[in-house]
Amino acid sequence: MVSLLRNQKVHNALLQVLYVGSIAAMVLAGIVIARRNLADQGITSGFDFLFKSTGWDVNFSLLPATANDPYWWYFLIGIINTLFLGSVGLILATIVGTIVGLARTSSNDLARLLGRTYVDIFRNIPLILQVFFWYAIITHLPTPRSAHEAWGFLLTSRGLYIPFPNVGSAAFAAATVAVIAAIVLPAWLGRTSRLAQPIGQRHTIQFAAAAAALACSAIILALGRLPDTPLLDFPALQGLNLRGGLRIPPEFATLAIAIAIYGGSYIAEIVRGGFKSVGTGQVEAALSLGLSPWRVFTLVRLPLALRAMLPILANQYVWLMKATTMGIAVGLTDFFMIVALTINHSGQTLEAIGILMAGFLAINLSLAAVFNRINKAIALKGNQLRG
Amino acid sequence: MEMVLVAPPAPGRLEDLKRRFFATPLQAVVSLACLTIMVFLVWKLLNWAVFSAVFTTSGGPEACQAAAGACWSVIAARWRIIFFGLYPYEEQWRSALACVAVVVMTVLSCIPAFWTGRRIALVWGAGTGLFYVLMKGGVLGLAHVGEEAWGGLALTLFIFVTTCLIGFPLAICLALLRRSELPWISRTTGLIIDGVRSLPLISILFTFAVVLPFALPQWLQGDKLYRVILGSALFFSAYQAEIVRGGMQGVATGQEEAAMALGMRYWQRISRILLPQAMRNAMPATINQFVISFKETSLVVIVGFFEILASGNAAYGTGEWRFAYVEVYAFIAFIYFIFVFSLSRYGAFLERRMSVSER
Repeated sequence: MVSLLRNQKVHNALLQVLYVGSIAAMVLAGIVIARRNLADQGITSGFDFLFKSTGWDVNFSLLPATANDPYWWYFLIGIINTLFLGSVGLILATIVGTIVGLARTSSNDLARLLGRTYVDIFRNIPLILQVFFWYAIITHLPTPRSAHEAWGFLLTSRGLYIPFPNVGSAAFAAATVAVIAAIVLPAWLGRTSRLAQPIGQRHTIQFAAAAAALACSAIILALGRLPDTPLLDFPALQGLNLRGGLRIPPEFATLAIAIAIYGGSYIAEIVRGGFKSVGTGQVEAALSLGLSPWRVFTLVRLPLALRAMLPILANQYVWLMKATTMGIAVGLTDFFMIVALTINHSGQTLEAIGILMAGFLAINLSLAAVFNRINKAIALKGNQLRG
Repeated sequence: MEMVLVAPPAPGRLEDLKRRFFATPLQAVVSLACLTIMVFLVWKLLNWAVFSAVFTTSGGPEACQAAAGACWSVIAARWRIIFFGLYPYEEQWRSALACVAVVVMTVLSCIPAFWTGRRIALVWGAGTGLFYVLMKGGVLGLAHVGEEAWGGLALTLFIFVTTCLIGFPLAICLALLRRSELPWISRTTGLIIDGVRSLPLISILFTFAVVLPFALPQWLQGDKLYRVILGSALFFSAYQAEIVRGGMQGVATGQEEAAMALGMRYWQRISRILLPQAMRNAMPATINQFVISFKETSLVVIVGFFEILASGNAAYGTGEWRFAYVEVYAFIAFIYFIFVFSLSRYGAFLERRMSVSER
């Protein structure tokens, strides 16, 4: 028996069984105890509750939602809210980060100083503090009656009102898809395997594709326009309330601003790192070939920096997606808040936590998959990349 | 033939300025735009925070509200609640002393002389012990103060320190388990690490605070504070484990093979050969992780703890100071900034120091 234990293979197998077994036992014990505790409170486990109506409301939703809707519909709303808020925050943060990052790599001392101050301030203050701060600012804005107004935008404590085209929601969604196509299509066509024409022709085709997609979206908007209304619907005061335009709720605006500013400071550092990684030799070579500074930037520095940035940027985007869970601090019904409310109202604790984990796993994995594909698609080919 | 070397005329001040900021028209535009933004921001900020601000509490909230600038009197009136939360008034010196102990401990552990496993453990053990005794009391004639009364900066520091104290050894264990040669052990650990990393911290804190009591037997539940600290430590260790693992991958395999050839046992190899070098490699990323987790302690406000952010909300949220939210948030942001900025500067210094020693 002792000699059997001394055997390396047996020893290893036992160790593994012990480790995996004890973890599995702990998890199983937890689930068993939780089910018994929940059963004592009269809560039957299982996923039947998904089809019951919730009986409570969500304060922000892109899809129609009433208290009569079932739980599965609410979970879907939560996921869509999280993805929507995440994408808006992501895009804004990328814009802010690119501007600040470029300022930080600029040759101008003043621009560098400004960029550095921005990064140092906003990176070193917790995101949730910034969320609370912006929420306090926005909810203390004047009432609709004495709203700040600029170019048709209204800032009030009830949210931000922006002009909005007078179109049906289906037409608006279709137009959005067309605009996205206008961005994605040229990039997709641009890959050498698809179009083997000379560079000049390829650019023409890309340009034509983008223009066609944009024209499509304009036509859709024109066709979907609500009859007898002006092209843009401006918000305006009517009685005590504001009519028209699109209202962005304070909670959503708060999170979008906070994520844009905080995320922007992180992305700025990534952008700076990316540009720093471009070898000076390559820039000098481009300059000595007689390229103008602008072409050196667009043809040499940017493409190389982008490849260096992308893997880190992907991690940052996953992080920003998870940051949308701060919604619960100001009461925006994102995916996590819906799960928390579900636990409060229905008591289906284990199931809701399981759905939460599965949801975030799916979001993270799909984001990572998208970025891996992009990464692979734009990776430099060949084995003599440096030097 | 004699060569006369004449140095080019030294550029004057004006010349130098012109070269640096107005070399091309574009440069000039950028410089002017940046200068305008900076002057505008600095002037606005100074005007608000200093020139038209009110600093004394003598006028009360009314005089303060009427002022055009910042109302710093809210800090003068409410600083105790921001720093100490609901801690009993007469005992607040203990809370202050406990904070000082933690800060001293952190500063000590930044000095290279303390970077041996035993010394660092001693410093952190002593610091945390002192903090706990001071806060909790019940011995040495100190009155007993339960965890539910802890708050403000002291609670923030306590959560941070205990998170690191539990999370760091756990991270090393997880990293060692993940690089184990036994496939099932490394795979299961990898699954745990990646699973925790894919979840947002808030959801983990919420699970540990609200859901875990259902899944634990009565005797194991413990106080909510300690459960939340455990959750936060788990989250910290999942990220830190990957950093430590990265550090271990940077250690040449020959090192471990040489140790094996010398007949060192597993624990000797790990503690004397692998870990010292791995921790050195992982140092900058580790400091960065400390910075991140210090900022993330503020998330416990969501599961209902009275740490510095929540006590800030309370400081302006009640009664006559309702209008002074910007000042309170600015003050708390400043406190966070001091801690986080000095830590991250220290990290940058370390990185430079190490890159010099490697040359």
